[in-house]
Amino acid sequence: MRHLLSTKDLSRAEAIQILDIAEDMADVQTREVKKLPTLRGKTVVNLFFEDSTRTRISFEAAAKRLSADVINFAAKGSSVSKGESLKDTAQTLAAMGADGVVIRHHASGAPQVLAQSDWIDAGVVNAGDGTHEHPTQALLDAFTMRRRLHPGASRGKDLDGVSVVIVGDILHSRVARSNLWLLRALGAQVTFVAPATLVPVGASTWPVELSFDLDATLAATRPDVLMMLRIQSERMNAAYFPNAREYARQWGLSDERLARLRPDSIVMHPGPMNRGLEISAGAADSTQSTVLEQVANGVSIRMAVLYLLLSGEREALS
Amino acid sequence: MTRESTAPNGRYLLKGATLPNGDGADILIEGGRIVSTGTGAADAATTVIDAAGLVALPGLVDLHTHLREPGFEQSETVLTGTRAAAAGGFTAVFAMANTLPVSDTAGVVEQVQALGQAAGYATVRPIGAVTVGLAGELLSEIGAMAQSRAAVRVFSDDGKCVHDSLLMRRALEYVKTFDGVVAQHSQDPRLTENAQMNEGALSSELGLKGWPAVAEESIIARDVLLAEHVGARLHICHLSTAGSVDVVRWAKARGIQVTAEATPHHLLLTEELIRSYDARYKVNPPLRRDEDVQALRAGVADGTIDIIATDHAPHPRESKECEWDAAAFGMVGLESALPVVQTALVDTGLLDWADVARVLSNQPARIGRLTGHSHSFENGAAANITLVDPAARSVFELDRLHGKSTNTPYEGVTLSGSVRWTFHQGFPTLRDGVLADTAETATAAREFARSQEVNA
Amino acid sequence: MARTVLQQADTARALTRISHEILESNRGADDLVILGIPTRGVLLAERIGRLIVEIEPGEGTDAGLTGARRDAADLVGSLDITMYRDDLSKHPTRTPQPTQLPRQGIDGKTVVLVDDVLYSGRTIRAALDALNDLGRPRAVRLAVLVDRGHRELPIRADFVGKNLPTSRDERINVRLAEIDGVEEVTIEG
Repeated sequence: MRHLLSTKDLSRAEAIQILDIAEDMADVQTREVKKLPTLRGKTVVNLFFEDSTRTRISFEAAAKRLSADVINFAAKGSSVSKGESLKDTAQTLAAMGADGVVIRHHASGAPQVLAQSDWIDAGVVNAGDGTHEHPTQALLDAFTMRRRLHPGASRGKDLDGVSVVIVGDILHSRVARSNLWLLRALGAQVTFVAPATLVPVGASTWPVELSFDLDATLAATRPDVLMMLRIQSERMNAAYFPNAREYARQWGLSDERLARLRPDSIVMHPGPMNRGLEISAGAADSTQSTVLEQVANGVSIRMAVLYLLLSGEREALS
Repeated sequence: MTRESTAPNGRYLLKGATLPNGDGADILIEGGRIVSTGTGAADAATTVIDAAGLVALPGLVDLHTHLREPGFEQSETVLTGTRAAAAGGFTAVFAMANTLPVSDTAGVVEQVQALGQAAGYATVRPIGAVTVGLAGELLSEIGAMAQSRAAVRVFSDDGKCVHDSLLMRRALEYVKTFDGVVAQHSQDPRLTENAQMNEGALSSELGLKGWPAVAEESIIARDVLLAEHVGARLHICHLSTAGSVDVVRWAKARGIQVTAEATPHHLLLTEELIRSYDARYKVNPPLRRDEDVQALRAGVADGTIDIIATDHAPHPRESKECEWDAAAFGMVGLESALPVVQTALVDTGLLDWADVARVLSNQPARIGRLTGHSHSFENGAAANITLVDPAARSVFELDRLHGKSTNTPYEGVTLSGSVRWTFHQGFPTLRDGVLADTAETATAAREFARSQEVNA
Repeated sequence: MARTVLQQADTARALTRISHEILESNRGADDLVILGIPTRGVLLAERIGRLIVEIEPGEGTDAGLTGARRDAADLVGSLDITMYRDDLSKHPTRTPQPTQLPRQGIDGKTVVLVDDVLYSGRTIRAALDALNDLGRPRAVRLAVLVDRGHRELPIRADFVGKNLPTSRDERINVRLAEIDGVEEVTIEG
């Protein structure tokens, strides 16, 4: 694997390979010495054009546990905010000898543009681009589901027949998109629940069930997994829905809705959570919630991805 | 005064050309005019051009070109843009008003017109801004521009939509006073805030903000009704959706004085190309679905769409070598227009060469009130002529471009047809695919202008 | 042409001898951990573990298993060294294999590493590094089915099935019934 830009182009076998390697990485996380020498001498640059401390430190921990050198390059306050282009930034990183670039960008497709360019010959990991994709988030979500569904025996498993309901701002969510493609590749059934204003145009052509009604969907699907997406307050100002109270009542995971889930259903959230808006405190802290597991698993997934991209000999440029 | 002494641009015999109607003819040019069409004899002073197998078209007219001068000379100038025009077979271009300063006064439009005349590669007809500074608030000095030496007849805020309904009504009425036409860039601004590509399943998948078809169609629907109400002419720039074709077809059936244009790229390319996030495919209006392309082609074939115009929009490299959201909208299109039209419409049997002459010369000239272009090779007509080799088929490469910018979406694409010769006012600006020298062209243009004064 | 140097019976005899030697040098099976290096080393380690249990069925060492017969699973594990290799960047990306230690762990134990072929010694160097991150054994020994020479590091095997002098151009193929369907060691010139 040369780059990880999206989950859309991952095959089932590739996805399972990443998840399985992440199992090995997770095993390392339980040891006293949590570090591996694998990427010694390699340099990974975290190139963040958009603030995200969580994702950045997760990638940083992953790279460091593989013994890579990590350079954090936050665009804010740097030359980038003074108008330096992606091209110039990339060429600068290339000159510094970056082997891997973990890029988060507000513009959809920026990681792909970087990967296709001849500006830099580094492995590119998409750490979230605009409203396009966030592949490592989807991989850690699938990893978390697989571990919960097959405790102690998740290696090699797919998610055939698993039902996943994803609720919230699908329109702006790169997490929802990456999850849909990956979950489909792994054999899961996916339902999106959102007000019509937050359903992407043309989503009816995607391999997903669409619903406006959370209660009806929960009753009909009895899902294995319920994933709540973060709702951003600026959406209210743009007339996507009237106010927080109405949103929470219609599409929030309340204690009452939590009680109606199957006892073995799991509740996921990519974080950071708006407690009381899309998820109640009770649901967030329940034993069904995997929120903290997701964070821990994020490091294992990112180690697996960095390992796959950076350890072997560089594949010839196509 | 004898013709020889005032003939600045020599005497050429285009031997064995095929006219748009399919007839074969020898075309004799002298003194910037067509002297005879039929079977001509050459004397020693005549340059004979073997036009066997070449289609002769009236010089192509582009109603929608961005020459970028004044203000954005790093992208294009009147000189470089008209060299590109000549290379593409165009003998007249209408220069859009979004310059800096904006072409909203007689001074700016006269400057642009004069630069074009001095360069000599093509007749440059400036387009005047509808509103001051393209700001969509106050009407610009439309009368002054119309009565200036540039004789502006086409007014447009292209790049921006005249979205205020009342202002659009007034513009349509006021422009009528000067036999002009408003060329509308139909784009509802609120529905397209920060829009990046056609809105649909693909924009949703790619995470690029959608530019919905309805944002174009709703403005066109409003404008044709306004044009009907005030009895004015309306021209619609770059139609891009199947729905727009339907609205225009309905308006024409109703007798509304509306004309419509499509660009070559909207007749050939689809949004699928954007999967690459390659900003060369970023254009406004955006590339649409295959259904839209097919509807536009049908619209051109049945006359609903009157003309094809390039929307030649040069941008410097750095405006395209970047992430999609940051990239500029637009593609260069003068050199590729004819090959794309042949590939998309002639090779597919939708148009014959008489239709090509209509959509790329006669109709745009008529809409823009341009003389000397909408001829049918009659004796005495201005010698603005383009010779095309329809049998050519080649991979489009950047070396075919002669403007300052290279933001073409066709690099590496195999296209039919090749413009071999372009005659502007009887002077060959393109000679078997090779552009005439800049100084020689400027001299010829000066001599032609002098001869016109003498003959007048 | 491939030349067979060990046949099924030869391999079986070699492993039996190695098992006896391990028991002898460890003075029994207590505090013994046999770790195979994937892929074929793991299979050899499992066979050695079974042989040791057959030879010395004694008590399990786990507290919970007092009185029970010793089980091979108590002795045998696998040690993946992929992440510790020094030649990762010279080959296409390798898929790592799981590392599984016996429940008793390796701290204070005698660990016998098992691999099929000992050649440059780099694999064993990586295995020693990996062990170092997993715990602190009392001693580490090395058992190999074939030692073909050409060491590049100061490493030697404690238990050797067969010494096979080879040239660098030759290839040693170890085939085991569990994954290869046949049981043989061949040299290809």
